[in-house]
Amino acid sequence: MSDNRADVLVLGGGLMGAATAFFLRRRGLSVILLERGLVGQQASGVNFGNVRRQGRFPPQLPLANRSRALWGQLPELLGEDIEFLPSGHLRVAYTDEAAGMMEAYREAARPYGLKLEVLSGNAVRARFPWLSAEVRAGSWSAEDGHANPRLAAPAFARAARRAGARIEENTEVLAIEREAAGWRLDAADGRAFRAPVLQVSAGAWGGRLAAQLGEPVPIVVRGPQMGVTEPVPYALTPVLGVTATVVGEVIYLRQVTRGNIVFGGVGHGPADLDTCRARVEPAITLRQFIQLRRMVPALGALRIIRTWSGIEGYMHDEIPVMGPSARWPDLFYAFGFCGAGFQLGPGVGDVMAELIAAGRSTTPIEPFHIARFAAKAA
Amino acid sequence: MAQPRVTIVGAGPAGTRAAELLVAAGLHPLLVDEAADNGGQIYRRQPAGFRRPPAALYGTEAGRATALHASFDALRGRIEHWPESLAWNLRDGVLHVLRGERSHALPFDALILATGATDRLIPLPGWTLPGVFTLGGAQIALKAQACAIGRRVAFLGSGPLLYLVAAQYAKAGAEVAAVLDTAPAGARWRALPLMAARPALLAKGAALLARLRRAGVPVHRGVTPLRLCPDASGARLGGIAFRQADGREAVLDCDASGLGWHLRAETQLAGLAGCGFDFDRASRQWLPRIDADGRSEVPGLYMAGDGVRLLGADGAEIAGRLAALAVLRDLGFAPPAGADPAALRRRRQAMDRFRRGLAIAFPWPAQLVAGLPDETLVCRCEAITAGELRRSAGALDAPEVNRAKAFSRVGMGRCQGRMCGLAGAEILAAARGVPVEEVGRLRGQAPVKPLPVAALREEEA
Repeated sequence: MSDNRADVLVLGGGLMGAATAFFLRRRGLSVILLERGLVGQQASGVNFGNVRRQGRFPPQLPLANRSRALWGQLPELLGEDIEFLPSGHLRVAYTDEAAGMMEAYREAARPYGLKLEVLSGNAVRARFPWLSAEVRAGSWSAEDGHANPRLAAPAFARAARRAGARIEENTEVLAIEREAAGWRLDAADGRAFRAPVLQVSAGAWGGRLAAQLGEPVPIVVRGPQMGVTEPVPYALTPVLGVTATVVGEVIYLRQVTRGNIVFGGVGHGPADLDTCRARVEPAITLRQFIQLRRMVPALGALRIIRTWSGIEGYMHDEIPVMGPSARWPDLFYAFGFCGAGFQLGPGVGDVMAELIAAGRSTTPIEPFHIARFAAKAA
Repeated sequence: MAQPRVTIVGAGPAGTRAAELLVAAGLHPLLVDEAADNGGQIYRRQPAGFRRPPAALYGTEAGRATALHASFDALRGRIEHWPESLAWNLRDGVLHVLRGERSHALPFDALILATGATDRLIPLPGWTLPGVFTLGGAQIALKAQACAIGRRVAFLGSGPLLYLVAAQYAKAGAEVAAVLDTAPAGARWRALPLMAARPALLAKGAALLARLRRAGVPVHRGVTPLRLCPDASGARLGGIAFRQADGREAVLDCDASGLGWHLRAETQLAGLAGCGFDFDRASRQWLPRIDADGRSEVPGLYMAGDGVRLLGADGAEIAGRLAALAVLRDLGFAPPAGADPAALRRRRQAMDRFRRGLAIAFPWPAQLVAGLPDETLVCRCEAITAGELRRSAGALDAPEVNRAKAFSRVGMGRCQGRMCGLAGAEILAAARGVPVEEVGRLRGQAPVKPLPVAALREEEA
């Protein structure tokens, strides 16, 4: 391995790349992961930490289900606790129209094996009495939950390293070159890495790399608007969200067992691929307060202690890019998860490793193929 | 030109002198401050209805305190003063201020940050016991409420404030158990050449020591604090275990203690604004980059006082004037008659020499901090021990403070590392075997201090 060659090069050490490296090792392939900064430092580390299936685009549910099964096994697989708590996930509706959307989604998700319970306002308040009188309905997903995003990707990378993967942090790749035997990545420190197979899992930066590889995609970058309250006694057990037609009404929140309530939503802020910085818009924080108080009035007595953002890549169709390249047989993509990749991470790693090692995925991922953009352009 | 929007954050010595100078030049600045009235921490005013004379409250500093208060009183009506208001965020040329229940977005043409400093602390074993205060906290109890923090009070740390507060307590009639200074006795002599830059202050220091001696207060130099011990009930402070300079261990009985090792600058707003920072060797902390007059690298943003250079209250008054003159110059206004920035800069230079001398005379005991036992609680907001922080440096391979924060939560809680951050950086650096500047600076996030979820946007009813 000292000659910087492996079976697979993974470009980008977010959750997708780290999980892919881990599962590739379990399939016996040698792998070098190249990360410009530190593993899990961008969107993978700053997101909300939702391990949520309900509300996803239904054709994504088989992948989400596979990932959910892995979430339950992670402590054993990784040998580390990343604070996964299958606490249940509740979405609330404030209007009859939104309640109708919930019922329609419940029917759409049923064939994929996701069981959802839609409850009336009074029934959901009987279960969770801290919900406000404005809640008209709730959709309950019992087996969803949450985990700690700051720990997840680094834990995958450490487990991959223990299993024999090379994790090269602080390694910026300046050039991707095609050679007779596959791919060569030239790093800023002068090293060259080679492998017959390349996976691009560079999150919000994936669009630039895909364009460089001849497969441009429509992607925009945005910053999630996150915040956290001071710790208070553990009471809000489920992860909470909103079904609404207006993004400004969508707040999501979860309480960690140590007491803090993490929240996000209502809007996005700007993010910059070159400076690697994204910031929270103060006006959005204040608008989030309105929605927090609207859903759980008691939150109006708390204070927030910190806000943060990160850099996420959103595809125009809100569907990630995942699967083989349309141009090169030995090139694979997993990026652009549109602010909803955390839950999928373990499943994406497992599927990509299967795809690379076995040449096919037993989980349907056709809707995510990069060729969908080429077809539209043509 | 039209009246520019000039805002000052902080109504202490720097903010007050800046406001005074801007008003003299014909401007009408907005002064935002967290406290109920002006004075900052050092010259904090007692609440309405309290009638202790200035000499009792401020001791040797009474003349300066009353002069600053008189200047501020003369400004009332000529500035807009927002007391009890929290500047919680700053970005893109807009300052966000919570005043009452409402958050205001305030654009500015020039903003002077005069945010001051807090005590620099060492998270010694037992530091969360009731009865343990900071030096500044102990002093505020005396100044604002005419209260002592305990019946038998010990002061532990290093720096001029250690002796000042002990002397103020002795003068107020409190029993001072001892002064425990971690600085070796000989350090002061090595610092003399630099400290000679301010002979009056040296004399003041000698007078404080003489007063402590007359009051019969034992002063131990070169001590190594071991832990803050609980009393028989286990519920509050009962004593301080320490090793004397000669190696013998002792326990000092006390029911309260004030701790502090100089100050740490309050730089969160500068960080949120995107200012560059440099590591300052003398104070072993990261400070915002400014020019000689307090201009930052961010256009329209100026800084003055202990929030950017730890020169003390006199230095802050000068820095406040210099920053205001820089604002006037940059906005195209004539300085008021008699303004002499060159003289102000020269005086501040002497103060900076003295500051570097102080850092030699009363050094921050970095080795002590780096060697704190694993079970010591470092981050009290999140209840994280030194051992957990070391694990993030070792097993989890965090090379710098922000990564260690992500893994261990040190600096992630309510104070965002304002209390434990500098000590945490020493522990991390020692665990990594690198100089402390290599583990970087903890990046602050808004809000600067906790912000109520009940806060309303200004346009909301």
